[in-house]
Amino acid sequence: MLSFIGRSFIQKIITIIFVSVISFLIIHLAPGEPSQVDPLNPKFTPEVVERFRKEFHLDEPLYKQYLFFYQDLFTGKTVSWKDNQSVLKKIWERFLNSLPLFILGTILTWTLSFPVGIRSAIFRGGLYDRSATFFSYLLISIPGFFFAYILIILVVTRFHVPVLGMETFGISDASWPSVAMDRIWHLLIPSVLGATAGIAVLSRYVRSQMLEVEGQDYVRTAKAKGLPPDTVHYKHALRNALIPFVTMFGLILPGLIGGSVIIESIFSWPGIGRMAYEAILARDYPVILTVNFVSAVLVLVGTFISDILYMVVDPRIRI
Amino acid sequence: MIEESASPPDYGLEQPLAPRRTRLEEFWLLFRQNRLAIMGLIIFILFFCIAFTGLLLTSGSDPVFDPSLVRLQEKLRAPFSKPHLETLRPNEIPTLGIYLLGTDDLGRDVFSRMLQGAWVSLTVGFVAVGISVIIGIFMGGIAGYFGQRHIRLDQVLVTCLLSAGAALVFFNQAKWGAVLLVLGHAYIFYLLLMRLIAVRKIPPKRFELLHLDTISIDTLIMRLVDIMLCFPSFFLILTVVALLPASIYNIMIVIGLTSWMGTTRFVRAEFLSLREQDFVAAARALGVDNFRIIFRHMMPNAIAPVLVSATIGIATAILTEAGLSFLGFGVPPPHATWGNILSDGKNFIFDAPWLTFVPGFSILVVVLAFNLFGEGLRDVLNPKLRERH
Amino acid sequence: MNHQNTLLSVNNLKVYFRSDDTLARAVDGVSYEIRREETVCLVGESGCGKTVSALSILGLIPQPPGEIAGGSILFNGQELLGLGDEDLQKIRGNQIAMVFQEPLTSLNPVFTIGDQIGEAINIHENIAEAEVNARCIQLLTDVGIPSPAERMSAYPHELSGGQRQRVMIAMALACNPDLVIADEPTTALDVTVQSQILKLLRSIQKERAMSILYITHDLGVVANIADRVYVMYAGVIAEQGSTENIFRQSQHPYTQGLLASLPTRSKRGQRLHSIPGTVPSAAYKPPGCPFHPRCPHAITRCREEYPGMCDYGGGHLARCPVMFKNDQWCK
Repeated sequence: MLSFIGRSFIQKIITIIFVSVISFLIIHLAPGEPSQVDPLNPKFTPEVVERFRKEFHLDEPLYKQYLFFYQDLFTGKTVSWKDNQSVLKKIWERFLNSLPLFILGTILTWTLSFPVGIRSAIFRGGLYDRSATFFSYLLISIPGFFFAYILIILVVTRFHVPVLGMETFGISDASWPSVAMDRIWHLLIPSVLGATAGIAVLSRYVRSQMLEVEGQDYVRTAKAKGLPPDTVHYKHALRNALIPFVTMFGLILPGLIGGSVIIESIFSWPGIGRMAYEAILARDYPVILTVNFVSAVLVLVGTFISDILYMVVDPRIRI
Repeated sequence: MIEESASPPDYGLEQPLAPRRTRLEEFWLLFRQNRLAIMGLIIFILFFCIAFTGLLLTSGSDPVFDPSLVRLQEKLRAPFSKPHLETLRPNEIPTLGIYLLGTDDLGRDVFSRMLQGAWVSLTVGFVAVGISVIIGIFMGGIAGYFGQRHIRLDQVLVTCLLSAGAALVFFNQAKWGAVLLVLGHAYIFYLLLMRLIAVRKIPPKRFELLHLDTISIDTLIMRLVDIMLCFPSFFLILTVVALLPASIYNIMIVIGLTSWMGTTRFVRAEFLSLREQDFVAAARALGVDNFRIIFRHMMPNAIAPVLVSATIGIATAILTEAGLSFLGFGVPPPHATWGNILSDGKNFIFDAPWLTFVPGFSILVVVLAFNLFGEGLRDVLNPKLRERH
Repeated sequence: MNHQNTLLSVNNLKVYFRSDDTLARAVDGVSYEIRREETVCLVGESGCGKTVSALSILGLIPQPPGEIAGGSILFNGQELLGLGDEDLQKIRGNQIAMVFQEPLTSLNPVFTIGDQIGEAINIHENIAEAEVNARCIQLLTDVGIPSPAERMSAYPHELSGGQRQRVMIAMALACNPDLVIADEPTTALDVTVQSQILKLLRSIQKERAMSILYITHDLGVVANIADRVYVMYAGVIAEQGSTENIFRQSQHPYTQGLLASLPTRSKRGQRLHSIPGTVPSAAYKPPGCPFHPRCPHAITRCREEYPGMCDYGGGHLARCPVMFKNDQWCK
């Protein structure tokens, strides 16, 4: 067990080193230099560019730049090229903004998709199953931004509440119930949007896992024992069907960053995805690289957690 | 329904009692039952035809439907509205006589732009998935078939030598780089020569270190997959597309290069189980060479899951392209794609909703068709589900 | 026959599986009966409907695609077909228990042995937890599991194949059922383990005074364990009788073929006999006698007319009028 954790840990460290190298290379080998981002910008005088290059070691060879960058990152000294603020602090602030969206979205996804998927599997081929299937495909196939606009039109014209941003401008003077309602409205729509695709995919997966397990011999054994259908489905079948989801559970973490770019941009939500998008627009390399690095770390932490959970859940795996 | 199978009068021993069907017929029989998948297939074919005719009708110097013709006086006209003929020059009159799907904020005909965009969506989907499938099959095949072989230390060293040489040449240190490159190639040449002579000599003691096994090929490739999976894919695509010059080919290549990992895993798993099977052992016992075993015996058996994931991959690629266009990193204007029509239209969402809804629904329908078709394929190709029928 | 003594009687049972364009008649009019404290064997090649007929006793045929097209199953005088789910649950595991073919896949991998045996007791009897535990340990001892108390907390994958099958048997015995249906319980096991399991089943059957319906394709096992034998072919009973009848005076060409293909010491050095052809698919059975394409004695009439059961007396019946030298086509 311990040796497994140790080995897996070392493996993850090696992976992260490669990830850091590759992302560094991708960014620095791409044509165009940061100092040439916006040649027409009057602020970018040759002197500024010169100072810039010095400050960020841009004249050094590539491997030195790489070392400098990650040294700065780990000592927390990395700053954004755009506004000279500490990148880690910036990410942390934006992360706190994204968190409520992420939590609500995740809760919606996991609480809705399981009942839907299980019910579809138990009543396989019935009307419920077929309509659930069709709707999942619909939700998987709809472009997120298009769906966002449909929802915005619906909410704005029906309920006459604004939904862009984290709160309505100037509302903080109002009484607290209306502030709370305003907050909830602003939070709800983007979270629902973020959750829809997840619900669709996950419920399909739950369904196929349940179907797979329901066909197993031990489910027949359980029925032959005289167990009532609920015990058969929810104890014997579900318990086995759940095992693969432990892996998915570990993959939620990285969703914090990757999945939110479009939604946060549409709703002008000052979260981490929007920050990443702005950083790309401004070619703010330290921010791009750090976001990339952080999300790679999250992926690895997620898979690490799910590996360990797997061992806890499945008695067949003992290392 | 219940019928005594229209039976030949004599039941000889050798006569199979079940009607003989080819694999294709059986496949079609099963597939036919899935009404959603059939719908998907029909839309898929329709979309293909539309995209192709769209390409023919909107390209060239004097296209039948001109997607980039600006008529500022006719901007934001609703679908099915008639053009104000008196304000237009003869060549500006829309081909159909009406604006079938309205016009955008520059007075361009949305119908022509949609036609042009269809081809873009189609090619982005197919080329991107083509790239990812080719890489995926290649990597997965190697990992699954040759995975147990180890890479020797000298091979690693030569690779390092060559790449260091290339890097030096790249960074204007041509002299040293050339030396390293020559050294590397010389060693490869030496190895090939040894193999040609085909004496399997035991290497002298002092070279033994060079023949040390490092990691296996399988580990190498699967770690590479892990590394690629670490990147947040949409963010990575966005970054790379933003850094590279805007072009439709870059988008295809980048989407392809960042989505091959799933196929690799499928093919590897399939190959790992196939190579243990008797027909492969039989082929090997007959002296069939590796290449033929892989492509003649194993690939047809491994191709089914690849086909399914490719179909669904096309849907994902179309969505990704639309997302990129929406964020402004897509195919550069004036070329129309469904994503950038929608992106342009979002500013007029209340005045001209068709600019949002026409491309939005088109993307939805096409992606849905691909997904349904892919899932239908998966059901039919899945032997477990087949038994249950 | 003595009705007081009959535990289970299956009459003219028909189970069909329907798909879009075919109707598979897996069980096509099967009748058999099991008396108290008797071991009955159902023999036949794979795909002849043995398992399906057994599963339908417990109402475990998935519907759809399966459907019970007719017949009756009387257990202790009670009709099981058409019984509601809840009534069936009271019978399953409690009065009729089942042991399945694959002990590895038939035990739930994520629950311990103790959980799975105790569950069967808990569901049917309202007794305290400690008592359930004691009974589980007793059951495990009865089926010959060493150090049963420790084994209670083991997971199925930690046991050997033979032990798993013993656990399955313990689970089946948990509520002292009147009838145990054993569906090829030894097929997946090594030969040595196989004979241990058979011995175990025989001794348990004697001790507990219960009946066993033993389903197998292995005539060697049949000779070892059965009181009476039913030979099935293509969804129907081809021949029935005591073990003695079947092995010494078999009257159906199919049974004869099966017996001839058994390797025995007296046939050493000879080529083994085999029945030509294969079992017809349940969806495309030939008209007339289903065995006629493979039968060495077939006459024209066999192709056209479905044969009836011919009575040889003493409970020995065979569905072959050709061999029944009585000059009349049995009904």
